[in-house]
Amino acid sequence: MGWLFGDRNTAEPHRYAQTNGDIVSARVIQGDLFESLIPMLISSGYRVVAPTLDEGAIVYDVIDDAADLPIGWTDEQGPASYRSYDRGDDVYFGYSVGPRSLRAFLSPPHLTLLTITRGDTDLAFASDEHEGRAYAFVGVRACDLAALAIQDKVLVESRFVDAAYTSARSRSLVIAVNCSVAGATCFCASMGTGPRCSSGYDLVVTELVRGDAHEFVVESGTDAGADILGALGSREASPSDITDAADVSLATERAISTSMPDVDTYTLLTDNLEHSIWEDIAQRCLSCTNCTLVCPTCFCSTISDFTDLAGKATRTKSWDSCFSLDFSNLHGHPVRTSSSSRYRQWITHKLAYWYDQFGSSGCVGCGRCITWCPVGIDITEEIQRLDSEAQEVPV
Amino acid sequence: MPESSYLICTESPDVTQAAAVALAGLHEEMLPRPFRVRSKRMETIDTVTLEFEAADGGPPLSFQPGQFTMLYVFGVGEVPLSISGDPEAPGVLAHTVRAVGAVTNAICALVPGDSIGIRGPYGTGWPHAQGKDLLIIAGGIGLAPVRPLILNALAHRDEYFCVGLAYGSRSPGELLYTSELEAWNARGDINVQVTVDHGNPTWRGDIGVVTPLVRRLRCETDDTIAVICGPEVMMRVVARALEDRGIASNNIYVSLERNMECGIGLCGHCQFGKDFVCTDGPVFPYADVAYRLGIGAQ
Repeated sequence: MGWLFGDRNTAEPHRYAQTNGDIVSARVIQGDLFESLIPMLISSGYRVVAPTLDEGAIVYDVIDDAADLPIGWTDEQGPASYRSYDRGDDVYFGYSVGPRSLRAFLSPPHLTLLTITRGDTDLAFASDEHEGRAYAFVGVRACDLAALAIQDKVLVESRFVDAAYTSARSRSLVIAVNCSVAGATCFCASMGTGPRCSSGYDLVVTELVRGDAHEFVVESGTDAGADILGALGSREASPSDITDAADVSLATERAISTSMPDVDTYTLLTDNLEHSIWEDIAQRCLSCTNCTLVCPTCFCSTISDFTDLAGKATRTKSWDSCFSLDFSNLHGHPVRTSSSSRYRQWITHKLAYWYDQFGSSGCVGCGRCITWCPVGIDITEEIQRLDSEAQEVPV
Repeated sequence: MPESSYLICTESPDVTQAAAVALAGLHEEMLPRPFRVRSKRMETIDTVTLEFEAADGGPPLSFQPGQFTMLYVFGVGEVPLSISGDPEAPGVLAHTVRAVGAVTNAICALVPGDSIGIRGPYGTGWPHAQGKDLLIIAGGIGLAPVRPLILNALAHRDEYFCVGLAYGSRSPGELLYTSELEAWNARGDINVQVTVDHGNPTWRGDIGVVTPLVRRLRCETDDTIAVICGPEVMMRVVARALEDRGIASNNIYVSLERNMECGIGLCGHCQFGKDFVCTDGPVFPYADVAYRLGIGAQ
């Protein structure tokens, strides 16, 4: 295995980040970390996916070098509101999550599953292969790490397995970032998923700007991460580096202004399936599907066949949404004709039935559904309202 | 060798083990197999029973009574359909299909020798009722998904106590498997009760809904399994009638329909409350779904 992992002499045996969130062993790398890391990953064969500016938003996309990172940029988010702007400094990660999540790469919006050929006598079916270059995801936030863990549970560890996701996921590298700013729609702290990354990364960095000093505190979570860290020039983190890094997460957590109410959402929702709140939300909900398309854990898809005139068809899988009218078709007619029934389907899945199916909430508190809802419906507010109304008038 | 080449093929250990297992079954579960139409029988004016055989030389498609497959017609599309044939003779795969949409119309238009894609079987089957009474209540096309269960029970009749079938349809012309119903009734070891909503001048049987017929199905033991297959509203009414007879709701089973698309619980279309009908169902204990069936638009 020498040619794979080498016979490098790391300065000391690597110790991993502990699950309690304490920084046990950390290294410090200068502010130009990504100028060396990203070319290293690319030359190693990875497709590097990292935050970058695209059409006015900071989104995960494939980048070619560190200059593609939105250095100095930030964003302002609110219900139905998103704005990005250059704040004129050289901070790498001074913004929150954008509309695109990592499932855009691991479960692409359109994926060819099969090729079907009509022969002289019979049909022939052939699976498509989905091997491609491995992804290195850079700049992944704690909420998106939690979303990856949930998608693994759904698509890898269920009775049946999403083969394309599993292949891409098992070969990907995750370089996470501890958030240093809190968006107005972020509520990871109340979902227990952030803002500090606790697991699911190969490497995690905390950006420290102290006076003129711009550095990253870097911890590894896996052997793969340790190998990369070992290949980069670094110094051992001092106690003050470690304290300062921890303070970044603490300050970010204190800045989070949105929270999921501390209620048993399973009981609240399943006890109130016929509450009038669904009708009220439907007065605002446009059934546009935005919330499901930006959600990092939504996994619904639809199968479409495209048939040519020469006797060949391709079967593709595309993202779908429970807000689409024909999603619930039965014998040619939708079961859920109203927006109220579709919103209820979505929120009860995320915050109730997900526990039955996959053992956790389906929500990671990233706040994307709030920001990108064109009418600003706030999942945390609606739970708060249902909770107070359900107590007033027991159904 | 540059240091960075060390990184090729590194894997996040979190999912590597699961991935190794998963990749062995790459899309097998969703890959259709070519089948050919072996025979076709008209059941009613809009319903046919088709028998298929594998065209790829592969093994027969073994199934549990109550399971379904996804049938694909080239250039038209794919639909979920319950298997209606004999589970002990899976070499011939039977489906009873009513022409209601584009795909089912195309399936009903197939003739012997035509080629089709089939994947599955998917979902849960009817419960085992050996050593117990077995009551079967079906409405309309709902007799098709319970036919494998009836065939299996009659092939092993001595393993059951009472076996009864109550079947309702809209009219005499819409009854499925009429010659089989006659043959089953003639055996004398299965109580066959048939009713129609609207009779015709030659109809000498019962007229009305199927619910009252439930009372005529005898039980000998306290341990009776009842299975119901038909429209949702019919299943709810019949389930209540069975409960009134003292049959526990967790001994009553129903087969639900939703928009099954992938068949493997990953596309979300058939989600019904906490369940994906394609993998957690389509057969459910009534006790599990009774409350949900009472809430609209789910």
